[in-house]
Amino acid sequence: MAHFVDRRLNPKDKSLSNRRRFLKRVRVQVKRAVDEAVRKRGIADVDRGESVSVPSDGVTEPSFQPAREGGRREQIFTGNKTFRAGDKIDKPPSGGVGGAGRQGSPDGEGEDEFLFALSREEFLDFFFEDLELPDLVKQSLKEITRTHPHRAGYSITGSPANINVARTMRNAFGRRIGLRRPKDKEARELLNRIFLLELVSSPTKEQREELIALRAERDEMMRRRRVIAYIDPLDVRYSYFEQQPEPNANAVMFCLMDVSASMGEREKDLAKRFFVLLHLFLNRRYEKTDIVFVRHTHDASEVDEETFFYSRQTGGTVVSTALVKMKQIIDERYPPSEWNIYAAQASDGENFGGDSAKCATILSQELMRICQYFAYIEIVEEEEARLINSEASGMELWEAYRQVADIWPNFARKRVSKASDIYPVFRELFARSHAGEKNG
Amino acid sequence: MAEHSRRSRSALLFDEADWNFDTLRRTYDAIEEVARKDLGLDVYPNQIEIISSEQMLDAYSSIGMPLMYHHWSFGKHFLTHERLYRKGARGLAYEIVINSDPCISYCLEENTMPLQALVMAHAAFGHNHFFKSNHLFKQWTDAEGILDYLDYARRYIARCEEQHGVDEVETVLDAAHALMPSGVFRHRRPRQPSLREAEEQRQRRRAAAEQNIYYLWNTIPNRPGDERERDAALLERKREMRLPEENLLYFLEHYSPVLESWQREILRIVRNVGQYFYPQKQTKVMNEGCACFVHYHILNTLHAEGRLTDGAMLEILHSHTNVLTQPDFDDPRFQGINPYALGFAMMQDIRRICDEPTDEDREWFPDIAGKGDWRDVLKHAWANYRDESFIQQFLSPAVMRRFRMFALSDVANETQYTVTGIHDARGYRHLRDILARNHDVATLEPDIQVVDADLLGDRCLHMRAMRRDGVPLDATSREATLKHVERLWGYKVELEETDPA
Repeated sequence: MAHFVDRRLNPKDKSLSNRRRFLKRVRVQVKRAVDEAVRKRGIADVDRGESVSVPSDGVTEPSFQPAREGGRREQIFTGNKTFRAGDKIDKPPSGGVGGAGRQGSPDGEGEDEFLFALSREEFLDFFFEDLELPDLVKQSLKEITRTHPHRAGYSITGSPANINVARTMRNAFGRRIGLRRPKDKEARELLNRIFLLELVSSPTKEQREELIALRAERDEMMRRRRVIAYIDPLDVRYSYFEQQPEPNANAVMFCLMDVSASMGEREKDLAKRFFVLLHLFLNRRYEKTDIVFVRHTHDASEVDEETFFYSRQTGGTVVSTALVKMKQIIDERYPPSEWNIYAAQASDGENFGGDSAKCATILSQELMRICQYFAYIEIVEEEEARLINSEASGMELWEAYRQVADIWPNFARKRVSKASDIYPVFRELFARSHAGEKNG
Repeated sequence: MAEHSRRSRSALLFDEADWNFDTLRRTYDAIEEVARKDLGLDVYPNQIEIISSEQMLDAYSSIGMPLMYHHWSFGKHFLTHERLYRKGARGLAYEIVINSDPCISYCLEENTMPLQALVMAHAAFGHNHFFKSNHLFKQWTDAEGILDYLDYARRYIARCEEQHGVDEVETVLDAAHALMPSGVFRHRRPRQPSLREAEEQRQRRRAAAEQNIYYLWNTIPNRPGDERERDAALLERKREMRLPEENLLYFLEHYSPVLESWQREILRIVRNVGQYFYPQKQTKVMNEGCACFVHYHILNTLHAEGRLTDGAMLEILHSHTNVLTQPDFDDPRFQGINPYALGFAMMQDIRRICDEPTDEDREWFPDIAGKGDWRDVLKHAWANYRDESFIQQFLSPAVMRRFRMFALSDVANETQYTVTGIHDARGYRHLRDILARNHDVATLEPDIQVVDADLLGDRCLHMRAMRRDGVPLDATSREATLKHVERLWGYKVELEETDPA
C-alpha cells in the first residue's frame, strides 16, 4: 500500500541557506561582477538579476583522483565498425578517441570558470553593500510595488464568493433557449388547459382526445424540464481578478551633471550610483518613472543616457544653464500637477564666477516650489574631503546652495568622495517616506 | 461479482495526460499487483511524494536526500543545476528515489500520467526491490535508520555552528568532503548501533579521545627510557592504530592529535554518509538495469491486459528509449557505457537465455540456459551480485555483439592506441574481463592508505598511494586534497606514490 504525499505546497528554497553560503564564499568575485554590471547598465534596469562567472579555483571540491594521462589503461567502447583485434589507431594530439575517451571533470562542470545567475534580490544586496544603507531602507527598496486586484473578465473556476450572477444567468438563459426547455409560462398554460378540460363533466370525443394529447404533451414537457436544468454547472461563471500594480502617480527624475573635463571616470561612477539609488527609490514609489538627462558645460542640453555618461564635451562651467533647461523641460512636458518631480544634480563644485547666486535664485524662486525633492552632490577628491571637513566652508556653488537648503527642507546637499557617502543625501527622503507610510 | 472484478481489471487505468491522485492511486495498485504477483518483488512500503521542479532542484543539490546539513557546496550544485535547467540545457530527472524504509520516491508534478506510471514502476518497485534485496545494501546500509541519522547529523552540525562559528565548521566539512571518497570501509563493517547506542558511544568516544591525546603528550621524546623500549612502544602504537588503514577519515577521526571532539564527530558524520552511498556506486548498472527491467515488464503487462492506451504506451516507450540509448564511440553524445542501457540489455538477455537459449548460450551459461524460470534467476542475480561480478558472470556474447564492443588500450608513452579485442570468439572473454574491471569501484578510485604516523618524532603522517597500471594521481587535486589532510592531522603529511612490486 502506497502513501501519497503532496509536497508541492511545502516551502521551497530549502537550499537557500546553502546558496547564501556559497555566495559568501565567492563574495569578492561576485561583488566585482556586480560593480561591472552597474557600470554597464542603464540606470533604469539596474535592478535585474545578473549572470556571474567566478574563477573556479575558489570553489573547487578536490579529492584524490587518478590522473587523466599516464600509465596503462584499457577501456571498452561500443559501436565497432571496422576494427579488428591488433589494430593500431593514432592518438589525437589532445588524447582520447575522437573526444570520446575523455571524461568530464568529476563534478561535471567546466574547468576554469563557474557560471551562475544572481537573483534580483541578491544583485541588489551586492549593489547596496558599499552604499551602507540602513537595513530598513534596503528592505523597502527591494520591495516590489503593491498590487491591487482588478477585474479581468470571467473564468469557469473560482470560489463561490466570486460567482458572477448576471453572467451565469445569461448563460443559463441562452442554453435554455438553445435546448428549448419549456418555459414556466407554457407549463402553466398547459396545466391550466388540462385542468379546464378535466372540469368538463361529459366531454365530447374531441375533448377526450385533446385531453389525452395534452396529457402526453404535459408528460413530455415535464421530462424535458427535468432533464434540462434551469441552471447547469456549465453556466456558472466567476468573476476573475488579476493582481495589478497599484496605480500610482507618475514621477520624473532629472539627472543633472556637469560634464566638463574636470569630471573624470571616478566622478562619473559615483554620480551614476547616486542617480541609480534615487531611481530605485522612485521606481518603488511610483508606477511610471521617467528619466531626463541634462548635461551641461557652459551650455545645457538634454541627451540620452549613453551620451550623458560616456561622451565628453569641453567648455566652461555654467551651472545655471542646466537649471534653466530643466525648468524649460518641465514647462514643456511635465506639468507639476500630473508629475512628481525629483532632481539629482552631480557636480565637482566648480562654477563660473557669479553664476552660483543665479542658481540659488532659480532654485528658490522657481524650481523648489514644484520639486518634490532636489538632491545635490559635490564630488570631491578623498584628500580634499579630509581637508574640507566643515559643512560651512566651500566653494561658491556650495555656499550658494547652503542658502537654498536653509529655506527649503526638501533640498539636500552633500559632499561625496566615496560610495558610502552617497546614502546620507537621501536619508531625509527615505525617512520621510516611512513617516508617510505610517500615517497613510 | 466475479464478472465485475474482471471488468474492472481490464478497464483502462487512465486515458488522459493529466494526472490526479485518483488515477495515481489506481495505477499504483495495478502496478503493485503485477510487481507482487507476477514478478514476486519484495519491496519496502512506498511513500510517493509529488514535488515541484524547484523542489526537485533542491533535492538534487543535497545529494538527493530529503534532509541534509548545510554547506556551501550544496549551494554551488544547486546553482549549476538551476542554470542548466533554466537554460533548457538539461531536463530534470523524472524521479529521485531514496533507499530508506519506507522507500521515498519523489515524482515531478510536471510529469504526464503515463510518465508517472513509468516512474512509479521504475522507482517504487524496481529500485525499491533492489535496495531491499541486494546484499550490499543489506549489509552496509540501514534503510530504516538513515533519515533519523541525517536528522541527527543536521541538528548536530547546526549546533556546532552555533557553538564554534559557521566558518570553523565549514573548514572541517570542506576537508571532510575532500576525503569522503577515501572515507569508506571497503572490506569490513562494524556493527551498526541503534540511535541511542550511538549517542552513548559518542559520549564514551569523547572521553576516550581525550585520553588519547593525553597519551600522545606522554609519548613525546626525551623521556627517560632506552631505544628498544621506544621502538617497542612505537610498534605497539602502530598495531593499536591498525595500520595500514585505507579509511582516511576513520583514521583521522580516531588518531588526529589536533582535532576537538566535535570535529571528530563531524568527520564521523561525513564518513557515515559516504559509506551509505558506497553500495550505490558499486551497483549503478545493476540498480538501473533492475529498475528499467521492472518498469518495462510491468508496463508491457498492463498494456497487454488493455489497461494502458496505445498512446500512453507510446509515450512511455519514448521516454524509455531516450534513457536507454547507447551512442556509438564516434557519436558526439558518447560518454562511456550507459549503465541503464547495459543493465537493461543484460537482464533482458538473461530472460532470453532462460527461455530460448542458443547453442552458444548453453556453452556459456550451462546452469541457466533453458531453465525457463527467468524470474528466479534474475532475483538471485539482483540479490547476490554487484556490477563487477554481475558483468563477469552474466555478460553474454550476444550482448557484446549487440553493442559491438571493442577494447582499446592506451599506454602513456606509445603514440598509438591498440585494439586489444573485439566482439568475436577470441575477444569475448577479454572484453568481459575489461568491462568488469572498469566497473569495479576498487579499481576506479585511487588506493591510498595511511602507512605510518610517526607519533614519537615529528608526527609526520605517512600515506602511500598504490599506483594501478602506473596511473599517477592527478597533481592539482592531489595537492589541494593534501592541504585538507594536513588541516585535519595538524602536522606534516607526506604522500608517496609507489608501483606495486
